[in-house]
Amino acid sequence: MHKMYDFDSIVIGGGMIGSSIAFGLAKQDEKVAMIDEGDNALNAARGNFGLIWAQGKGENHPSYADWTLQSVKKWPEFNNELKALTKIDTGFEQKGGFDFCLNQEEFEERIISLKHIAENSNEQFSYKMLDHEELEKKLPKIGPEVFGASYSSWDGHVNPLLLLRSLHQGFQELGGKLLIHSVNDIKYNDSYFSVETKNSVINSNKVILAAGFSNQNLAPKIGLKMSLFPQRGQILVTEKIKPFLDYPTGLIRQTNEGGLLLGDSHEDVGFDDSTSLQTMQQIAQRVTTIFPFLKDVKMIRAWGSLRILTEDRLPIYDYSKTCPGAYTISSHSGVTLSAIHALDIASYIAKDGKLPISLKCFSAERFND
Amino acid sequence: MNNHYDIIIIGAGPAGMSASCLASKYKAKILVLDVAASPGGQIFRAVETNQSIDKQKFGANYLNGIKLVNKFRKCSINYHSRAKVWHLSENGEVHYLKDNKTHFVKAKHILITSGAQERPFPVAGWTLNGVMTAGAAQILLKESNLGIQNAVFVGTGPLLYLIAHQYLMMGIPIKAVVDTTPLSNYFRAIPKIVNLRGNFNEIYKGIRWIGDIKKSNTLFIKRISDLRILGDEEVHAIEYQKNGQWNKIECENVLLHQGLVPEINISLSVGCRKIWNQQQSCWNIDVDKWFQSSLPSISVAGDASSISGAIAAEASGKIAALNILAKLNIITANQRDQLAIPIHKSLKTEMSTRIFLETLFNPISHFRIPNNNDTIVCRCEEVSAGEIRESVDLGSKGPNQTKSFTRCGMGPCQGRLCGLTVSEIIADQLNRSVEEVGHYRIRPPITPITLGNLSTTKPAVTRSN
Amino acid sequence: MIKRIDSQKTEMIKIYFEGELINAHKGQTVASALLEAGVTHFQNTTSRGSQRGPFCMMGVCFDCLVEIDEQPNQQACMVNVYQEMKIRRQTNIFK
Repeated sequence: MHKMYDFDSIVIGGGMIGSSIAFGLAKQDEKVAMIDEGDNALNAARGNFGLIWAQGKGENHPSYADWTLQSVKKWPEFNNELKALTKIDTGFEQKGGFDFCLNQEEFEERIISLKHIAENSNEQFSYKMLDHEELEKKLPKIGPEVFGASYSSWDGHVNPLLLLRSLHQGFQELGGKLLIHSVNDIKYNDSYFSVETKNSVINSNKVILAAGFSNQNLAPKIGLKMSLFPQRGQILVTEKIKPFLDYPTGLIRQTNEGGLLLGDSHEDVGFDDSTSLQTMQQIAQRVTTIFPFLKDVKMIRAWGSLRILTEDRLPIYDYSKTCPGAYTISSHSGVTLSAIHALDIASYIAKDGKLPISLKCFSAERFND
Repeated sequence: MNNHYDIIIIGAGPAGMSASCLASKYKAKILVLDVAASPGGQIFRAVETNQSIDKQKFGANYLNGIKLVNKFRKCSINYHSRAKVWHLSENGEVHYLKDNKTHFVKAKHILITSGAQERPFPVAGWTLNGVMTAGAAQILLKESNLGIQNAVFVGTGPLLYLIAHQYLMMGIPIKAVVDTTPLSNYFRAIPKIVNLRGNFNEIYKGIRWIGDIKKSNTLFIKRISDLRILGDEEVHAIEYQKNGQWNKIECENVLLHQGLVPEINISLSVGCRKIWNQQQSCWNIDVDKWFQSSLPSISVAGDASSISGAIAAEASGKIAALNILAKLNIITANQRDQLAIPIHKSLKTEMSTRIFLETLFNPISHFRIPNNNDTIVCRCEEVSAGEIRESVDLGSKGPNQTKSFTRCGMGPCQGRLCGLTVSEIIADQLNRSVEEVGHYRIRPPITPITLGNLSTTKPAVTRSN
Repeated sequence: MIKRIDSQKTEMIKIYFEGELINAHKGQTVASALLEAGVTHFQNTTSRGSQRGPFCMMGVCFDCLVEIDEQPNQQACMVNVYQEMKIRRQTNIFK
């Protein structure tokens, strides 16, 4: 098989999704090349918060809820494999997590939403609602204005940069080739693909597009379509402080080095990934409402990053009919889904070729008229 | 509105002070913000408050500083000391911290004259207790009359010899001066003597300082090829290599210096374009001949844009001020041009003499790009040169990717002490120019700010970088 | 060893480092007062626990971090001493 092409698979995009799949394929003994644009690419992976989040996902879409839960379940196994291979401690923890409710209305809406997800889930999703008193026992520094929170033992977090580094290192240790180039064209030659960069042409049996926004330009070349929209999220990082937050939450987590990551903002500003004082302030105000003692803690840097969203905020998993062997993958939950991408998706691609019917609902065809 | 100004000047060193004095003469409404307790920048640090010490021993330049500071005090401007700017926007909005509270001000034009910092000097052991910069020694002297006894001064550049000389004049014993200026620099500098155009003042001064140091029987070792600082947590010796042999000097304090570089974070945070200055081996802020940056409402003058010394800084501050006054229609473009002629001329002379000094004291590359992979490059996060190189092997093509891989540049100093080294290591490894490789993307806040202050500041609607 | 080379008549300020009294001079920064008193170890880094003290003395390096009156991460070289100031080493911040 190797004689006809340079590689079994070429993964275009070296971010969270691309590197998870490339790592998974390399583990399946495929000869894999991963092509990434380099330092100035938009790089959603570098702006990631680091949550491995189950609660609240797929409220109106049980298949997505279950897909998420399956990935969350596989995370410990996935992390162990990575650690055994690369020796890197990604800081993975899965002790559960909290999403706060600032008033009764929010609290009651949350109950309805989580109940709905649990009832429609095949994975036995579980959660607990805590009122202020119960919350204070778990998170002693919680502010008086916080009405309560939802907690799920399914939730966890990881250091996203260490995860990315570990995936890249693991990939290369398994024989994978990382190439830093922009992809100009992809040609399907009846049984193999030719990926053209500025200086070279690389041939493979399969090609997987995991290039974030660049997927939009590349997908048509392999007979697929996708529409993606940027949504900006800003994240603040504080100085390192004494550990006080044992659990990740939807908008604050404490890293294993002691710094806090503060976030959960959503803005429609096109492809602008700069920071804005207004949003930084909103994040600071929310966070100091939740943990008032944080008003004396200093922020040392902030950044903006673009989430890659589809119209319905669900992922895209597509397999090309006109160019068999070509796939497109897009999601803004690259960290949560990293496990199932590395384990299941890579396995589907390596073994059967096609994607399972259970993933058909995530085809981009759902956006066609 | 009483928090609206014509010009906000950030930094009250020679450039900032002369800009404010000039602009205030034309009745512009000016605000000057500076982090120190009193005006003067680094070169004239504490020149007001230092009462009893015999200032003669600091040299003639320092005394000129007193005149400039007195003039500054008499100008009709608003001046806030201990004011730390943490956010700038290109439309003239400024947020600064003073007494732990944040304040918001706005101007039609911002002039950044926040000066220089010392170039990082990454050598083995430079993070040990007892190692400081020569500038730090000078600050202790000027501000608090404290002298570090029996220190070893290491490095290159006029400031190193100046401070050693000041120590000598004050009677503070020096263990040794270890000079890293390579022989090849002398050969490269000789043809540049013609640039001095007969202005040998600075050179004579330098020669005199070095002569005095040698005459004083201070150990003076020249042209060392390598260096390491030894100790467990505290310095106990320094080792230098010369002519293939390693020699040890026992000491408790090492003072490092290999030149100054512009402190660029504040200008980059708002989006000013930068360029790599090959001659100086550092980043400069890209400005035109009026010190106007790539952003229409931001000018950057003095050492903040390019290292040029205190006299040139005064001139550039004035030139920038004249241009801003013309942009604000306080003077005409013609007036600006006329008034600037003599200042441009003296600036040109100053810059010309600097070429010789820059060539002579350009730090040799292995003291900028450590060969020893164990040497710490990012002090805040303790990332070594080896880890930086490893990130390039793993595919990193620039400092931002390397930052994601290694955490270098993520600490509180936000790349001020590692940025140059990291960019140069990557460029060296990839065989590309530093201009191509680039620098960390600098984001606000320019200095850390509490979440409480961030919550209560007036929000700006415009974007930053 | 750091020594005063000229004695100015200034108001003396009582500060405490790790519980011990230091007589500082008015107008001095915390960093210079501690260095004068012979203190070189101001903090331990969070990455490897290495000892650090002042390096640049001008607010650029962030190595001189101490805890002042229970506020951590204070740059000792940027803060002036005041009466009854209580300073602690910033160390083992996670323990």
